[in-house]
Amino acid sequence: MQDSAEAIFGQVVDAAGALGVTEIEAIVADSDEALTRFANNAIHQNVAEHTTHLSVRPVIDGRTARASTNRLSRNAIREVVAEAIAIARLTEPDTDLPPIAAPAEYQRVDRWFETTARATPEERAHAVAEAIRAVEAAGQTAAGIYSTGESVFSLLNSRGVRARHRETMARFSITAMAADSSGWAKASACDRASLNPLELALTAARKAAESSAPRELPPGRYTVILEPAAVLDLVGQMFPDFSATAIRDGRSFLKDRIGQRIFGENITIHDDAGHPLQSGAPFDGEGVPRKRLALVERGVVREVAYSRQAAALAGAAPTGHGFPLPNELGEAPTNIVVAGGETSLAQMVASTERGILVTRFWYIREVDPYEKIFTGMTRDGTFLVEGGCITAGVRNFRFNQGLMEMLSNVEALSAPVRASGEETYDMVAPAMKAREFNFTEVTRF
Amino acid sequence: MKDLALSALDAVARRGVTYADVRALQIREREVTTKNGKAGHVSSSESMGIGIRVLAYGCWGFAATDDLTPAGIQSAAALAIEIAHSGTAARKHEVSLAPEQKYEATWLSPFQVDPFSIPVDRNLTVLLAVDAELRRVPGVSLAEASMHFERRRQVFASTLGSLIDQTRCLTGAGFAALSYKDGEIQRRSYPNSFGGQYQLKGYELVDELRLLENAPRVAEEAVALHSADQCPEGQASLILDSSQLGLQIHESIGHPIELDRVLGSEANYAGMSFLTLDQLGRLRYGSEIVNVVCDARLEHGPGLGTFAFDDEGVPAQATDIIRGGRFVGYMTSRETAAAVGQARSNGCMRADGWERLPLIRMTNVSLLPGEQSLEEVLDVEHAIYMETNRSWSIDDKRYNFQFGCEIGWEMRHGKRVRMLKNPSYSGISTEFWNACAAIAGPQHWTLWGVPNCGKGQPEQVMGTGHGSSPARFRNIRIGSAYAG
Repeated sequence: MQDSAEAIFGQVVDAAGALGVTEIEAIVADSDEALTRFANNAIHQNVAEHTTHLSVRPVIDGRTARASTNRLSRNAIREVVAEAIAIARLTEPDTDLPPIAAPAEYQRVDRWFETTARATPEERAHAVAEAIRAVEAAGQTAAGIYSTGESVFSLLNSRGVRARHRETMARFSITAMAADSSGWAKASACDRASLNPLELALTAARKAAESSAPRELPPGRYTVILEPAAVLDLVGQMFPDFSATAIRDGRSFLKDRIGQRIFGENITIHDDAGHPLQSGAPFDGEGVPRKRLALVERGVVREVAYSRQAAALAGAAPTGHGFPLPNELGEAPTNIVVAGGETSLAQMVASTERGILVTRFWYIREVDPYEKIFTGMTRDGTFLVEGGCITAGVRNFRFNQGLMEMLSNVEALSAPVRASGEETYDMVAPAMKAREFNFTEVTRF
Repeated sequence: MKDLALSALDAVARRGVTYADVRALQIREREVTTKNGKAGHVSSSESMGIGIRVLAYGCWGFAATDDLTPAGIQSAAALAIEIAHSGTAARKHEVSLAPEQKYEATWLSPFQVDPFSIPVDRNLTVLLAVDAELRRVPGVSLAEASMHFERRRQVFASTLGSLIDQTRCLTGAGFAALSYKDGEIQRRSYPNSFGGQYQLKGYELVDELRLLENAPRVAEEAVALHSADQCPEGQASLILDSSQLGLQIHESIGHPIELDRVLGSEANYAGMSFLTLDQLGRLRYGSEIVNVVCDARLEHGPGLGTFAFDDEGVPAQATDIIRGGRFVGYMTSRETAAAVGQARSNGCMRADGWERLPLIRMTNVSLLPGEQSLEEVLDVEHAIYMETNRSWSIDDKRYNFQFGCEIGWEMRHGKRVRMLKNPSYSGISTEFWNACAAIAGPQHWTLWGVPNCGKGQPEQVMGTGHGSSPARFRNIRIGSAYAG
């Protein structure tokens, strides 16, 4: 793909040159993704897709625009270059627009695995069938997905940037449903061999069984034990705000809070594209190397992400977290690593006199952008903890919870794992025990 | 494109299938945005590919590719069948489909002005004028405006013999003013959040929206919210503007009536539904004045869910969902209709691109207008009026919801007495709709476009339509988002 990306970029440069443009950037991507989906203990949706992508961005006297296509014939490449140049020329010059990025060295990350890339429909189907049998054996009904895929992403520009990232990704998630309860488990990994669908199925089935006949508890403030997926999906909502552009725009809760202690001293968070449990490219949407950022140290907000443009405006250095230009958002950290502690999930339960254990959250949305209050629901495995033991399943709660408050109330952290949820991108996160979590309503199941 | 679709269909049909359909799509999009006096995102894209869906060995298989060479098409066809065969490892029964007719048709959605005929600099001129009006108001810290244009041509071919060439053209536009002051962020959007209004129209929609004319009022409201009182907590009569009511319909009626969700297909991700099969024809979903339809026909209006045929070749239809408050209909596909013994699909299968499998998706799920005037809807001793969505959340069976809005007003006898910031309300879907006391008439009815509805794995993002006029609800819990 690198050779073909280089060849495609050669055509892009030629086409641009013919139109009098010498400063140009191209993104060339190619992916194969397949997903085997099951419900009611049977495979019901079973798909594969191959996609190609070429997008080009000229810079012409402070003007820029992007045009994209998935056709890679010589004519199609000429057309997409002509389109990008034509619409760029119709914009007004922007004195803040940086020139195209210069070449740089990138951290080496190995995230492509043959076992994942070559997974067949049969292999996925047999793993799914085994997982279904485990759930059926518990008298329950299974639904879920097993996906595998590979992608190659290349960013090339006329100043000599040649950034390329190749990655595979496998995901398995499963919901086990009993008469009046359900359980869920999910994992993702670049290496399919490190996923264990059967173990995930058994976890989901156990949660469904243990949460049967759920009790209805009144809403109120409870100590919560959040499994890593619940931490990921809730805490993950705040990282778009760790952006210099968002702060400058006044849409980030970190405006006027950099350098302040806004979380507990036991909260430390980095952005680290090179972490062994992370995924993604070691460079950003302009080809700038991703730096490791200390976003939060012992509760204090230390660093935020800077794109090249945001960095120039602030007199800072770019951090390698910019989105492909042009865009309004600027940048964001996307390789989050939340530091953990030494308390296992079992120890958190054992140390809790009365609290709620949450497997996952659902439909999380922002209620207040500056106080960083979010609402959402618990789902698929919500338990009452009493006297250091799980004693019952409970009906699902709605919460309205401020993140600064929650992360100031953390009493224990587990070792971090690669966590995967449904509300934000995967990250490395621990389980957390926090006091005074605000459940405001209860639903009917 | 017809040749492409037919050659792909031939490639799977000759391999031996119970049924197959192919969608060949060509999609063109343009996005133009501004931010604080500058161009934000100026981009255009085009995409072309085919999706091949086969029913073989009693199982579905689907493969999509943008390699449109004969070899690429043959490879995708073979993969679709291999995938279907793999499904036999976990098959409980053979898939069966409700019968459908063969159709040959060509359809182009009506529009007055091709949005792609308008140059980008003219788009930017309009948006920058709006931007300037917004920033003219002291206190506005961020002004954003956008336009989105899309044209999709799809050729559908199936082993039933159908060959349907359908082109849809849609336009979206809107703006927002954000104000940061003393540790508080307030925002007002026009004419709706999520980027504004989206309809199956051409560039004429941009003119109809009167963006420039509304910019000063919206900017002033964003700033004024800092000085407004916090929305109180408690029980109150609630009046919703039609855009917020459109999202309320989407979440608490549109999703629960998806029959695939009811039957468990989405259990792992989007969830299931409280509308179990035993509720059909029996459940008192709303008060007697609540009438809801799912209508993809052009007669219903230029919605994001308007088309001539769905993505499995079934003609657009109108289906009663709630009639006189009683739950009477689901949205179906050929497979789910057969599964519950219905004679025919009501045509709700849609895919968000050539690379994705069609799923049951909302078309235009609309609350029919009531018989009251707007004055009658507003004229109650005391109520809270809320406008324009700010946050939205509902549980995975669609019982418990909570919505936040950008602005609220305390109303007394139909008059606004004070502005309220951070308004929110919550409830249980059926209890909410049964509390519906008044719905404004057809002159206040708008067909809103929701461009960002997510469903399925891999996730698909679909545009849906929701017609509604302002309505009043009794004894609703308000202020719940800031409770505790």
